Amino acid sequence: MGAVVVESANFYMFYPLQLFANWLTYAVFNIAPQTLLASAVNFFIFDTLKIFILLAIIIFVVSIVRSFLPAEKIRNILSRKHKFVGNILAALLGIITPFCSCSAVPLFLGFVEAGVPLGVTFSFLVSSPMINEVALVLLFGMFGLKIAGIYIISGLIISIFSGLIIGKLPVEHLLADFVRKNQARNDLVLPIMNWSQRLNYAKDYTWDIIKKVWPYILLGVGVGAWIHGYVPADFLVKYAGAGKWYAVPLAVLIGIPLYSNVAGIIPLVSVLTEKGVAIGTTLAFMMAVTALSLPEFMILKKVMKTKLIIIFALVVGMGIILTGYLFNAILK
Amino acid sequence: MIIKILGSGCPNCKKLEANTQKAVAELGVEAIIEKVTDMGLIMDYGIMSTPALVVNENVLSYGRIPDVSEIKGMLSNPEIIKPAINSSTPKTSGCSCGGKC
Repeated sequence: MGAVVVESANFYMFYPLQLFANWLTYAVFNIAPQTLLASAVNFFIFDTLKIFILLAIIIFVVSIVRSFLPAEKIRNILSRKHKFVGNILAALLGIITPFCSCSAVPLFLGFVEAGVPLGVTFSFLVSSPMINEVALVLLFGMFGLKIAGIYIISGLIISIFSGLIIGKLPVEHLLADFVRKNQARNDLVLPIMNWSQRLNYAKDYTWDIIKKVWPYILLGVGVGAWIHGYVPADFLVKYAGAGKWYAVPLAVLIGIPLYSNVAGIIPLVSVLTEKGVAIGTTLAFMMAVTALSLPEFMILKKVMKTKLIIIFALVVGMGIILTGYLFNAILK
Repeated sequence: MIIKILGSGCPNCKKLEANTQKAVAELGVEAIIEKVTDMGLIMDYGIMSTPALVVNENVLSYGRIPDVSEIKGMLSNPEIIKPAINSSTPKTSGCSCGGKC
C-alpha cells in the first residue's frame, strides 16, 4: 500500500542514487534483474546511501539551529512562560534538542530548579527524545513525508497533553527531596558561539551521531532488505493487521526496552509495514521506542520517585496507544 | 589559574579534559585542572549541557568540545580569563551547597 507511493516519491528525489544502486547491483555485482536477490541488494544499497546522505545533511542543519538555541536558552524561555503556552513551546523546542538518556537528569533538574513548571518540563521530556532528527530522517527516508509528518504532529500533541495532564496531578511530593524548586539561577551570562565554533560544533556532532548509528542502520536496512526480497507481502496481516486489537499495546510494550537502537529499528519496521503490520501499530511502536525508554526511566529515578516515573510512562503510553488505534482506523 | 571541567564523566568530558591539559602544556602556563562531576555544582553555573570549560569561575564553553587551539586562544586572552568579580558565580570550595551557605 503506502510503500508504493513512498517509493515513487523517493524515486524522483533520489534518482541519481537509484541509478547508482542499479549500476552496482546489475553491472558490478552482476546479479540478474527481476530476481529476489537483485531486489534485496538494490534495496539495501539505495536505502543505506539515501539514509546516510539525509542524516548528514539534517543533523548538520539541526546542530546549527541548536547552537542558537541550547537547552540553557530554552530553559530561560520556558521559565517565563505559563502553562499551556509553555507546554506547546516546550514540545516544539524539544524537536531540536538532542536527547540521550544521559542528559535526562541535568535537563530535568535544570528546568525544574529554574522555575519551569513541572508539566511543561514533562512536555519537553517527552518531545525531546520522541521527535528527534535521527528518527525523522529515517521515517522520511523509509516511509515518506506523510508518515513523518503524522509522526511529528501526533508526537507534539502527545507531548503537550502528557505535560498538561501531569501538571494537573498532585505529583510535586514525588520529586526527589534534593530538587530545589525555583532556586537555580537562570540569569547568568553564558558565552555565545561564533560562526566558526558553530560549524565545528555541528560537524563534530554530526560525525558523532553517524559514528554511533551506522552499524544499526546497516543491520536494520540489511535485515529489512532481506525481508523485502524474501518474505511474501501481507505475510504479517493475520498477526498484526489493523483488525488485531492487541497489536498496538503489544507493540508499545515491545518498544520500551529498545531505545538505543532506534536507527536500526525504523528501517526494519518499515519493511514489516510492507508485509502487513498496520500503520498505526507501526507508529505506536516507534513512538514507544523513542519516548519510553527503560534506561531513561532508570536514570530518572535519581530525581523522582518511582511512582512519578510510572505515572509518566502510563500517561505517555496511553497517548501513544490512542494514536496507534486512531491511525489504524483512519489510514487504511 | 584554576580550570574546571564540568561534566558527569562522559567520554566527551574526558576529551575536553585531555584537550585542556594539552593546551595548558603547550602554553606552559600554571594551572590547576579540576573535575566537577556533582550535578548540583554544575547547575550553579547555569549549565545543563556538558561538558563545560570554566576558567577562574568564568564559563568559557558548554555543550561542546573546543579543540586545543581554541582553548589555547581562550587561555591566553587576559580579558576572557580574568577572575569573575561579581559574586554571581559560586565559590565551590569545600562545601557542596554551591555557595548558598
